[in-house]
Amino acid sequence: MLYAILCYHHEDVVQAWSKEKHDTTMTNLRQVTDKLRRHGRLGPVARLLPTTAATTLRKDQEPPLVVDGPFAETKEQLLGFYVIDCASLDQAIETARELARANMGGSFEIRPVAELNPGSLQP
Amino acid sequence: MTDLAWIDAALTSARPQAIGALLRYFRDLDTAEEAYQDACLRALKSWPRNGPPRDPAAWLILVGRNVALDGVRRRARQVALPDEETLSDTGDAETATVERLDDSQYRDDILRLLFICGHPELPAVQQIALALRIVCGLSVPRIARAFLVGEAAMEQRITRAKARVARASVPFETPGAPERAERLAAVAAMIYLLFNEGYSATAATAEARAPLAGEAIRLVRLLLRLFPGEPEIMGLAALMLLQDSRAASRFDAEGGIVLLDDQDRSRWDKAAIAEGLALIDKAMRHKRPGPYLIQAAIAALHARAARPQDTDWAQIDLLYANLERLQPSPVVTLNRAVAVSKVRGPAEALAMVEPLAERLDGYFYFHGLKGALLDQLGHPAEARDSFNRAIALANTPAEAEHIRQHLDRLSQH
Repeated sequence: MLYAILCYHHEDVVQAWSKEKHDTTMTNLRQVTDKLRRHGRLGPVARLLPTTAATTLRKDQEPPLVVDGPFAETKEQLLGFYVIDCASLDQAIETARELARANMGGSFEIRPVAELNPGSLQP
Repeated sequence: MTDLAWIDAALTSARPQAIGALLRYFRDLDTAEEAYQDACLRALKSWPRNGPPRDPAAWLILVGRNVALDGVRRRARQVALPDEETLSDTGDAETATVERLDDSQYRDDILRLLFICGHPELPAVQQIALALRIVCGLSVPRIARAFLVGEAAMEQRITRAKARVARASVPFETPGAPERAERLAAVAAMIYLLFNEGYSATAATAEARAPLAGEAIRLVRLLLRLFPGEPEIMGLAALMLLQDSRAASRFDAEGGIVLLDDQDRSRWDKAAIAEGLALIDKAMRHKRPGPYLIQAAIAALHARAARPQDTDWAQIDLLYANLERLQPSPVVTLNRAVAVSKVRGPAEALAMVEPLAERLDGYFYFHGLKGALLDQLGHPAEARDSFNRAIALANTPAEAEHIRQHLDRLSQH
């Protein structure tokens, strides 16, 4: 089953990381994703630009309203996500733990994927 | 478990909000800063043991306020401090505070703090120094290094700045809309000033000064989170991100200036460019471009060009024409002349530059550009005069060296 691991963190904390901290974290994460890729379990991965770059379309009205900024003002923000093939929830949690060891702080929301359209984009 | 790098980043990012709120309580910069520092010391003890709080800023505000109030009470009544554990046990209280303090109050707290530090009555250097010390938490030695002055002199400058803003007595009531807009504009100007102090660095001082540009970008992002619908703040953020994306390619190994046309574009920071372009797209939807947004749009046309010859100079010329209308200044006209020289040739550009002679006589770039245009038009003697004038006005050895190369080339012909 495919699981989405949604990464939430205090955006301003991540932006306050030193370059060394940033580089080390990225290297650590790459080791985990490389392993997942070798095992054929790694799906799409996205790292999002800061929520300050976000625009929200509120479509509960006609015509929909375009608002600057993220959908919700939250303490932690959605910063990116992984889609990973896991045999069970236990394996998904184990994978999330590995990613967490590579990048501490914040939270991962583990969500089973109902349907994945791989699209046609090449990275 | 909470690693120290995380705590460090959390303390840094919570700082403006925490000091802003503590300043509202105590109405005094020194007290607010001390209260924040006390709260940080307690965080360093408590967080590794109890895990990080859900809202670090609210935790720091609450603990900082309690510690400072205890200090006030103790001085008043000579009562001993409560023991560490009672103060650090803020789990429940934290939740209550988060619910009590709503976001709009935080927003005005941070804006007020930034406005006080960048108060228009302060000279530019004092504005920047105070913001770096209080809002960003840079140490005095580090700020002193960035400004190439001694620590004692910088300490004194910051103390003077604090005294001056205390006298200016910025009101602590919730500001009205016109006041808020006025503060926002002053704060934006201060942040851009801070960025330019970091950005205009020479290769030799780049290392000491680079943090200034980084801090400025952090502050503008903070401002953008507080005011997500302000196109000029989006424009300022985009402008700084796009300029900073070129930081790694601005100097060669010997510390010489590498002009835009000669920079290795593969070394430009693609993530910063993507963020800058996204912000411009958002801001343009508001259809009232202001000076920061127009300058960002100009920077974007450079960022979008894969090679120098792909640059859309005609569009840059148009954007500068808009900027001239909004914010007439001889420096803007001078910059426009560069675009004009690419689109309509050096003769037209020179005709545009010459009337500026009186106002820009003491300006390095004026003589540098005039020399280059005269050179292109085949007037080597006059070009040499302009370049000699430019060398005399160079602000850094790198600028002088760049002009000297022009002069050397001229003398070979």
